[in-house]
Amino acid sequence: MNIILLAISAAFVNNVVLSQFMGICPFLGVSKKISTAAGMGGAVIFVMTIASTVTSLIYKFVLVPFELEYLNTIVFILVIAALVQFVEMFLKKAVPALYQALGVYLPLITTNCAVLGIALSNVQNGYSILESIICGFFSAVGFAVAIIILAGIRERLEHNDIPESFKGAPSVLIAAGLMAIAFMGFSGLI
Amino acid sequence: MNKITDRLYTGIVKENPTFVQMLGMCPTLAVTTTAINGFGMGLATTVILTLSNLMISMLRKLIPDKVRIPAFIVVIASFVTIVQFVMQAYTPDLYESLGIFIPLIVVNCVILGRAESYASKNAVIPSVFDGIGMGLGFTLGLTLIGIVREFFGDGSIFGIDLVAKLSEGNVPVLTGMVNSEAFSTITIFKLAPGAFFVLAFLIAFINHRNIKRAKAEGTEPNLCKLADCASCKNTMCKGSVKGE
Repeated sequence: MNIILLAISAAFVNNVVLSQFMGICPFLGVSKKISTAAGMGGAVIFVMTIASTVTSLIYKFVLVPFELEYLNTIVFILVIAALVQFVEMFLKKAVPALYQALGVYLPLITTNCAVLGIALSNVQNGYSILESIICGFFSAVGFAVAIIILAGIRERLEHNDIPESFKGAPSVLIAAGLMAIAFMGFSGLI
Repeated sequence: MNKITDRLYTGIVKENPTFVQMLGMCPTLAVTTTAINGFGMGLATTVILTLSNLMISMLRKLIPDKVRIPAFIVVIASFVTIVQFVMQAYTPDLYESLGIFIPLIVVNCVILGRAESYASKNAVIPSVFDGIGMGLGFTLGLTLIGIVREFFGDGSIFGIDLVAKLSEGNVPVLTGMVNSEAFSTITIFKLAPGAFFVLAFLIAFINHRNIKRAKAEGTEPNLCKLADCASCKNTMCKGSVKGE
């Protein structure tokens, strides 16, 4: 039961993008078309789940026994950067079809602060390894949902007559703000 | 000397990280609930940016090209950890309210972007001033958003309760015009959606000014654009995103 609550809270109530503000850059930058947004969302789900698993394992079995918890930022970002590189090489060799779909987005994910942010907040909240994996996966699902909805809105916005000074970034930000209001409605869920 | 002022001008006005380049959006939207938080985040980023530019520019001939990104990340992450400890010790309140966004300075694209596009190619002194300029530009952006959100959300600026001050009648012109009981704050400015709206309207305002000026001069306006993948400008964009 607790796990289900954690999953819903990670995906909707505390949506990474719209309420915690992590991963805003790809959210605004790669949301012009639904197809690219879905690709980015898929890549984030893939990497974030693996990254939360690996970082929580490393924290529990390496950093804590050696009393090096204060190095978590440096260790996590290096692990994530190496992991992204490794996942890219592995997919290219082993699952070319998946690489075709997600490949171009993978290098961008290292600088996606949602991945590092979730890894760090898992540790700060004292989640167990299973909870960390659940939290990582469902946070990424929340990210994917948000970016795909925004891409849908942007595809429609494109042909509308917007005042010139609101074209581009401001109109996208306002759309994101309205989405954030909508997602606040989920807070009654738990 | 000329180069130094040029660097500062570029960072603060011409290529302002918040309003023109739209980099480092996560802390920009997340921590700007009050002016103090925005200012503190901006200063912390400025310190890290300046130190990392200094270090990377000194090491630029030693770092092999192929492993430069991991090397930059290690340098930046070390400075972030140091700043995190300093803030924990000396500004515990700020440390508490910025929370997870202090360690997340590591992945702030402004810092990695400057390391990649400026500090790794230029001499030490200009790189340091590039860091200071960009950092101050970022601080300016965050403080402005913080001021707007704090004013509408709390009725105060930098923690000074303006509404109470004005209703006491300290300002002669406004005596009796401001009533602190009639003034109600707008909570949404403190919540997540408010951050998006405030940034949207600030950028729209700047765009409007730029369009006006460009029309008067007959040139193309320099608008804030989201055309390319903003998350990785100058940094890790090995392959461009197809279809964008």
